[in-house]
Amino acid sequence: MTSLDVATATLDVAAVRADFPLLQRRVNGHPLVYLDSAATSQKPQQVLDAVDNYYRLHNANVHRGVHTIGNEATDIFEGARTRVARFIDAPAEGLVLLRNTTEALNLVASSYARELLSPGDRIVLTEMEHHSNLVPWQLAAERAGLELAFLRVNDDGTLDLSGLDELLAPPTKLVSLSHQSNVLGTVVPLRAVIDAAHERDVLVCVDAAQSVPHMPVSVRDLDCDFLAFSGHKMCAPMGAGVLWARPELLQRMPPFLGGGSMILRVSLEKSTWSTVPHKFEAGTPDVGAAAGLAAACDYFDAIGMDRVHAHEQQLTSHLLSLLEEMDGIDVYGPHDMSARGGAVSFNVTDVHAHDVGTILDRQGVAVRAGHHCCQPLMKRLGVAATARASVYLYNTHEEIDALGDALAEVRRIFR
Amino acid sequence: MQVGFSPVADDLYREIILDHYRHPRHRGRVDPADAVVEADNPLCGDQIDLSVRFDGDQLAEIAFDGTGCSISQAACSMLCDAVSGRSREQALDVAQRFRAMLVEDGSPNDLGDLEALQGVRAYPVRVKCATLPCNALLQALDPGEDAQ
Repeated sequence: MTSLDVATATLDVAAVRADFPLLQRRVNGHPLVYLDSAATSQKPQQVLDAVDNYYRLHNANVHRGVHTIGNEATDIFEGARTRVARFIDAPAEGLVLLRNTTEALNLVASSYARELLSPGDRIVLTEMEHHSNLVPWQLAAERAGLELAFLRVNDDGTLDLSGLDELLAPPTKLVSLSHQSNVLGTVVPLRAVIDAAHERDVLVCVDAAQSVPHMPVSVRDLDCDFLAFSGHKMCAPMGAGVLWARPELLQRMPPFLGGGSMILRVSLEKSTWSTVPHKFEAGTPDVGAAAGLAAACDYFDAIGMDRVHAHEQQLTSHLLSLLEEMDGIDVYGPHDMSARGGAVSFNVTDVHAHDVGTILDRQGVAVRAGHHCCQPLMKRLGVAATARASVYLYNTHEEIDALGDALAEVRRIFR
Repeated sequence: MQVGFSPVADDLYREIILDHYRHPRHRGRVDPADAVVEADNPLCGDQIDLSVRFDGDQLAEIAFDGTGCSISQAACSMLCDAVSGRSREQALDVAQRFRAMLVEDGSPNDLGDLEALQGVRAYPVRVKCATLPCNALLQALDPGEDAQ
């Protein structure tokens, strides 16, 4: 931890906060305490400027025509592809620019699982997946006659890997799982899962929506086959999401959507497809959001993802201690900081999460309340809903304390 | 108990609401029932199973089961209280006026405990919590009623 502590000491949170205009807001008469970054992050001025700059000076459609502005737009879009690939340490030819994680996972479920797997093949998921890493596989399974199986969640919120070897046996062809749970904060020991899967010639698809924004992630080190994440959870605009896939897989997979940009030659009867990754990018992309995503990568690399992660770990540790010290609060998910990240779910005894959320909001504290698009996990936890506080690089220890004070008000009203 | 002294407690979490939440009236299931309505709010996971039995035109028995926030559960408890033993027409009138109070700025007059829920209007995302049991009741009273 020593190196992390040193890194944290140099993260200037006040300077970071000054980059985020929205964090200056007041809500219901209180300074905003934004603890909902796992749903979407706020955006720094540098990202807003990049989007603004694109539309003011370089807006034209990409990959079309020969005019100067069109070439500039294409350079910005393709530059974003290589920039994002560098951020996740992955070859750029496997990087498909889409709208969000959900679209990326649907692409894999449709163009890989539904099209290339055979009836009876098995896909392994986990009990703690976001609906976006569950429902697309259900759709593919139904249409292609595939079987779904699930890794379970232990009582302490960690993933039960005891049945992994058995589940990786034939007819399993693919494992798709989240790197970090959006509800429990659980960080999955991905490398071990991926190594075990590859030993059995099973591919691994990673839902990295909650990991790429919060920790250094190297696709080369993970050695995964597919990886999906959203720009909007990592300080970029909504509308830019990423699928990275091994280029040789993308070669084999048929297109997801058809239309402009993704073709090579079109006749009235049939068409041939553009090269990888372009054959998966039909229609006009969100170039402004891609420009913002590239700027977000610059922003994070200037700070250092190690430092962001260390700061979040400190805040999460403080948050867990605070919640555990309060009476009548149940915390879900691992307590061991080495097994978790900065999304913390909890309930106040005998108070529904929506009531908690409303009372916190009246005091300027923004948290998520509900099932977090994880109804099967809610069932596993035996709750209808939870409140969730999630931290990011711009949060402070004082904001965690403000959450504690606001929770005391919940306890007072529902005493 | 003291009525809340913060803005939150004053305009939303009235003591009468918290009392119905802590001590729901008509909790359970009518058996046999003339109608059972399962109402869900998929956004927040609130669930209400409302069951009713009529004796002629009179709503002889009404009960509910479910999970959810204080607003949905208290609203259901209050509604059951307000319509139990009434005629079908009277019960419909209460439910429609309650819904009008929440979504159409209707008058909160003559609604008894339910009037305490008018503060919900200031919280647009919570209005659906209060209308969930109301829609279930309207459906139970008149199966042709649109559950929306």
